[in-house]
Amino acid sequence: MTYLDLPSYRDQSPEVADRFRRLKERPVILEVKGLTKTFDTAQGPVTALEDINFCTHQREFVCVIGPSGCGKSTLVRTLAGLEDYTSGEVLLDGRPVHGPGPDRGMVFQGYTLFPWRTVKKNVMFGLELAGRGRTTAEEEAMQWIDLVGLTKFANSYPHQLSGGMKQRVAIARALANQPRILLMDEPFGALDAQTRAKMQGYLLEIWKNIDVTIVFITHDLEEAIFLADRILVLKAHPGEVQELIEVPVPQPRNASQFLSPEFLATKRRLEELIHPPGEETEEGINGDRLNMVRMVPVNAKVESVF
Amino acid sequence: MNKPWFAVRKELSSRRRTFLAVMSFVFPLLVWSLVSYVPFIWHPQVEIIEPGEVDYFRTGMLVDRSIFEQELETLRAEGRELPTGTRTNPVYLPAPHEVARALYTAFSTEPQRRNENWLHESLANSIQVIFWGFFLSSLIGVPLGILAGTYVAVSRLTEPFVEFFRYLPAPAFGALAVAILGIHDAPKIAIIFIGTFFQQVLVVANTTRKLDPSLLEAAMTLGARNGGLLFKVVIPGIASDLYRDMRILLGWAWTYLIVAEMIGASSGITWFITQQARYKNFDNVFAAILIIGIIGLTTDLILAWLGRRLFPWQRAARA
Ligand SMILES: Nc1ncnc2c1ncn2[C@@H]1O[C@H](COP(=O)(O)OP(=O)(O)OP(=O)(O)O)[C@@H](O)[C@H]1O
Ligand SMILES: [Mg+2]
Repeated sequence: MTYLDLPSYRDQSPEVADRFRRLKERPVILEVKGLTKTFDTAQGPVTALEDINFCTHQREFVCVIGPSGCGKSTLVRTLAGLEDYTSGEVLLDGRPVHGPGPDRGMVFQGYTLFPWRTVKKNVMFGLELAGRGRTTAEEEAMQWIDLVGLTKFANSYPHQLSGGMKQRVAIARALANQPRILLMDEPFGALDAQTRAKMQGYLLEIWKNIDVTIVFITHDLEEAIFLADRILVLKAHPGEVQELIEVPVPQPRNASQFLSPEFLATKRRLEELIHPPGEETEEGINGDRLNMVRMVPVNAKVESVF
Repeated sequence: MNKPWFAVRKELSSRRRTFLAVMSFVFPLLVWSLVSYVPFIWHPQVEIIEPGEVDYFRTGMLVDRSIFEQELETLRAEGRELPTGTRTNPVYLPAPHEVARALYTAFSTEPQRRNENWLHESLANSIQVIFWGFFLSSLIGVPLGILAGTYVAVSRLTEPFVEFFRYLPAPAFGALAVAILGIHDAPKIAIIFIGTFFQQVLVVANTTRKLDPSLLEAAMTLGARNGGLLFKVVIPGIASDLYRDMRILLGWAWTYLIVAEMIGASSGITWFITQQARYKNFDNVFAAILIIGIIGLTTDLILAWLGRRLFPWQRAARA
């Protein structure tokens, strides 16, 4: 197999380098220091995360990627405050966080809309809790619904919406609280390819227009490169940071960049990190090879085309 | 056009659904009519018309067919006068028209004995007992069940005892209830309460626990805490399932009615049934049973209809 002659994923054009320099001058929103999380299970303790360190700056888009079971979900759930951590520190605007709160919005893979509330009422949920009056909450909610383009469906119930629409409602609902940071755990994982591509576009558009920092979990390499400023690559057993990659693809992003040299270079690097060559035999995937016998009746006239 | 009648878990057209629903009543009625009106189906007894020379036969008496035929043989052999009779069903199976007549007369004629109630009075009394028993039970049982399903502490504090108590048969408390609460409706209500309450707590707690935990997590990331979670997520989230539970529990409450009405001063519809069965007025017995069935079915249909109004977000609100 021959590889295209690609630049290094570390090469950044002057504009991109300048952008990263400015980005790092922005205030730090989220800082994770030495985060470790162990689950106590019947089979003994399982270390899901070990000594995770990173920080995100204001309005940055960070993707977290890694092999299945490396602790991506555990990481965002810990950041959201849905899991408590064993040791380390999570600082939001310099203050340690414990427990969930409206300053960290979350979008789950499984939509998690309240089925008994209409789209509008779903978006109003956080606003009601924040003590907004009924009319202001309604007005604000309608603005967010408009932002995700679902004004026509404001009075529909979740079961009447498609998966992509549900996820847009979930995003609007999380954003309505104006969180400091938006955590997303494989939010488009259940969508088909076209819808997913559209949703990625919407998300970038929304992110450009409002002041929000996004931590986005995915296992789709292209999705990560397309969306992220920086990509946090985790490694499994135990979950550790393998590398924090600065994506050299210039902003703003568009679909034509999928074939640009920077994009492909980054993708190759991610492939190397996540599926290192000769790794097949580790990871307990031994014996997980297909055991092929030609399953064709002896007298069938099927010629092999290989 | 020609969709199959039997397709696994596929909806039928509304015409077919109505048709089948009607048939579900027509079939049993048809079987009942066949057994009642077609003389060669079943009819295990003979009603004597002329006793002939059998000394213990009386006109109108019912005897088993085998006995009748045996007597017939003997008399024929001896050349004496033969008895005559028609084949009938036993008294405990009145024909549909007899039940229909009983249903009509039950509401239109005065009770035979002075101290007896009209049927509709018995009925009203029963409905009151059920209502209060069920209402009082729900008043405590539903909130307790929801709390037990939400907070492990409440669950551990209540459920072991409830689990123990629910095995104690409600009728066992009959005498005690009368001793404490007198002989009128209060002990009857207490029996319905005891019969319903303990099941109710457990059923409601389980329903509450079945609420998708990710909804709670989502709510927490939106800023909900204890009270908000309970009132804005748990309660609205389980409301439709809770409603369905209540419909089922209400059915159970009816089954305790018969015990409740036997204790203290006997009254009510099931007492009416017991009484009529004792006098062998089986047409009245069937009439009363039918009424209970009709009341039960109607309440359930009304509640189901109401449920669809209350919970429009339920895609297929079919329980
Ligand atoms: N509640 C739990 N109890 C015990 N172990 C857990 C629990 N949740 C996660 N784990 C373990 O922690 C590790 C990380 O799980 P996690 O769900 O975070 O992985 P992931 O990276 O999100 O995987 P995927 O890509 O499949 O979603 C796994 O080994 C898993 O078995
Ligand atoms: Mg996951």
